[in-house]
Amino acid sequence: MYKLSNVTKDYQNGRSTVHALAGVDLTLGDGEWLAIQGPTGHGKSTLLQVLGGLDRPTSGVVDLDGQDLATMRESQVTKVRATSIGFIFQTFNLIPTLNAEENVEVALVPMGIAARERRERSAAALDSVGLGERMRHLPSELSGGQQQRVAIARALIKQPKVLLADEPTGNLDEGTRDDIMKLLEKLWQDRELTLVLVTHDSQVARRAQRLGLMSQGRLSIQPGARPPSDVPAAR
Amino acid sequence: MFFTYLRRELRRRRRQASFIAVGIAVGIGLVITVTAASSGVKDAQGRVLHALYGVGTDVTVTKSPSAGSGRPAGFGFRGRSGASGGTKINADSLVSLSLGTLSGSSVTSISRLHGVSTAAGGLTLTDMKISGKIPSFSSTSGGTPGGGGSGGGGSGGGTSFRGSIKSSSFTVSGVDLSTGSVGPLSSGKIKSGSTFSTADAHTDVAVVDANYATQKKLTVGSTMTIAKKTFKVIGIVTVPQGSSPPDVYIPLAQAQSLASMTGKVNTIYVAAASASDISAVSKEISGLLPKATVTTSSDLANEVTGSLSSASSLANNLGKWLAVAVLVAAFLLASLLTMSAVSRRVREFGTLKALGWPSGRIVRQVMGESVTVGIIGGIAGVVLGFAGAAVVSKVAPSLTATVGQTQSATAGGSGAAAGGFGPPGGAGGGPARGAASATHTVAVHLTAPVTLGAVLLAVVLALAGGLIAGSFGGWRAARLRPAAALSRVE
Repeated sequence: MYKLSNVTKDYQNGRSTVHALAGVDLTLGDGEWLAIQGPTGHGKSTLLQVLGGLDRPTSGVVDLDGQDLATMRESQVTKVRATSIGFIFQTFNLIPTLNAEENVEVALVPMGIAARERRERSAAALDSVGLGERMRHLPSELSGGQQQRVAIARALIKQPKVLLADEPTGNLDEGTRDDIMKLLEKLWQDRELTLVLVTHDSQVARRAQRLGLMSQGRLSIQPGARPPSDVPAAR
Repeated sequence: MFFTYLRRELRRRRRQASFIAVGIAVGIGLVITVTAASSGVKDAQGRVLHALYGVGTDVTVTKSPSAGSGRPAGFGFRGRSGASGGTKINADSLVSLSLGTLSGSSVTSISRLHGVSTAAGGLTLTDMKISGKIPSFSSTSGGTPGGGGSGGGGSGGGTSFRGSIKSSSFTVSGVDLSTGSVGPLSSGKIKSGSTFSTADAHTDVAVVDANYATQKKLTVGSTMTIAKKTFKVIGIVTVPQGSSPPDVYIPLAQAQSLASMTGKVNTIYVAAASASDISAVSKEISGLLPKATVTTSSDLANEVTGSLSSASSLANNLGKWLAVAVLVAAFLLASLLTMSAVSRRVREFGTLKALGWPSGRIVRQVMGESVTVGIIGGIAGVVLGFAGAAVVSKVAPSLTATVGQTQSATAGGSGAAAGGFGPPGGAGGGPARGAASATHTVAVHLTAPVTLGAVLLAVVLALAGGLIAGSFGGWRAARLRPAAALSRVE
């Protein structure tokens, strides 16, 4: 799925340069689950943004199924994001003026799908995350956990190859965190997703197959708590 | 999704959207009101100008009188021997008071010029009636005798006379019956009876202005005397409000004969083939008749003074620039507020980009919101504009327009005292000539008609306002880098 080779990302901060990523190498197979931990400001979110094509690396190769996201035109990267990459954010990032069903629908808009089909698929997606009865509710009328379920439905409605989650349980209480992680795990298994999850929470990280540790912009991979037999069959 | 998102977003920031819409509405309303007022002022000026020399006339040709030219208005006194104080007089003459003469062949020459559609000659004359006894004079110094009137005194030193002179006058227009589309009668509407036919060219028939007819109790079939000749009234005519038309119209040939001006005219009315030919025609006529005064409608428009002129300046200068300033301010405000709204939605747009929305799609969404607000403002502006125009039409006072012109005789009326008399046996007696450039004041009511053009302008401005504001906001949205946008703390 992913092959990163010596990826760097530098930011100018006044006169000094911040090396957010200092030469990251990573190989991630189809259907694998990688959790990335590390202190704040050491490049976890930057790595996730590079993996998702939301930011371009300063140097290096970001190969996603044979396409180098680092050198593609912005319009092409946008198309890859529209079809192949799902995102889940810590703050849910739902559109406040749209209800749950419409928030899920927005992910299908770039694909040119007809409105009727969009609505049908959105309804089904919300059903699959247990929110079939909350379709007409605005985000302000949903709890944190329910909003994150909507975000998960939105991320997965387009059947992406990759799901990138940035602190998906960061704003949730313990009980809700467990519910969301159970849901994510189930979806990962059922849909054979490649899942990259950034988290501070060791309880969450332990569920992954592989564990990455970001420190000073460098990534070191360790084996996760999940036994290899849990890995979904290669596609 | 486009319209759903648009609707929901405008509802979310309805206060801001309303503010922008109101700003645009005020600007557009002002533009429409000022355009309507300008249009009304132009209409009023047009009515004034048309009233002066009739609809369809683009150029008039006149000539200033030279000394001793025209009908000598001596009324038979000049050099008459034996006309001493106490002699009874009963004079009725048709005279050209303030205009010089042009030959009738000039009309033909002008009608053959390139760009001329029609040319017609006319005579603007005054019928002067004087009756009574010649005053006897006792002069102690060389002062100028004073005006008429019974027992009137003189002006200047030491002259007195005794006598009783009554005078009256009314204006007469000799009309070329072969061309009805130009000339002072062309803007009139027959109220009763009929107008001239070409067969009346040498007939003693007259058409009388409605106001004069009322004054003199004339009706169709009445008779009246012009230069001691009896004319039959065949029609009563009304002319546009605010004009001061001649009192009586008679066939040109009859006027020429009575005024001893056979083959002559003192005004030539010219219609150009098109508006774009007027200037060229005017130049050609000036070349053909270098001593004549050639006046176009725009020349006359430049001479309009009075409150109508002030209203025109107000509408065209202050009004126009005020409307432009308010509109620019409204567009600027709309742009700033739109950009501010985009700034507040940075994370939202970053999320959409992360979901695969192309920048163009997001820009279209922002522009759609702005254009919608612009359209709402435009509709409200049109309503405001109509209301403003209605208020202007209702509360605007009657405006006056004063035009300095060379062809109009003063309005006739009974008892108008003529100027001074020359001494017996002297030259150049009779009534003094009117000023070569008599002023002509008319009153017009200002209206403010809203034209389709003004409404279309409003629509275009509304769309432009929305697009301008939207493009600022859209540019801001398009430049967003998804990573930076998602990192923004809100």
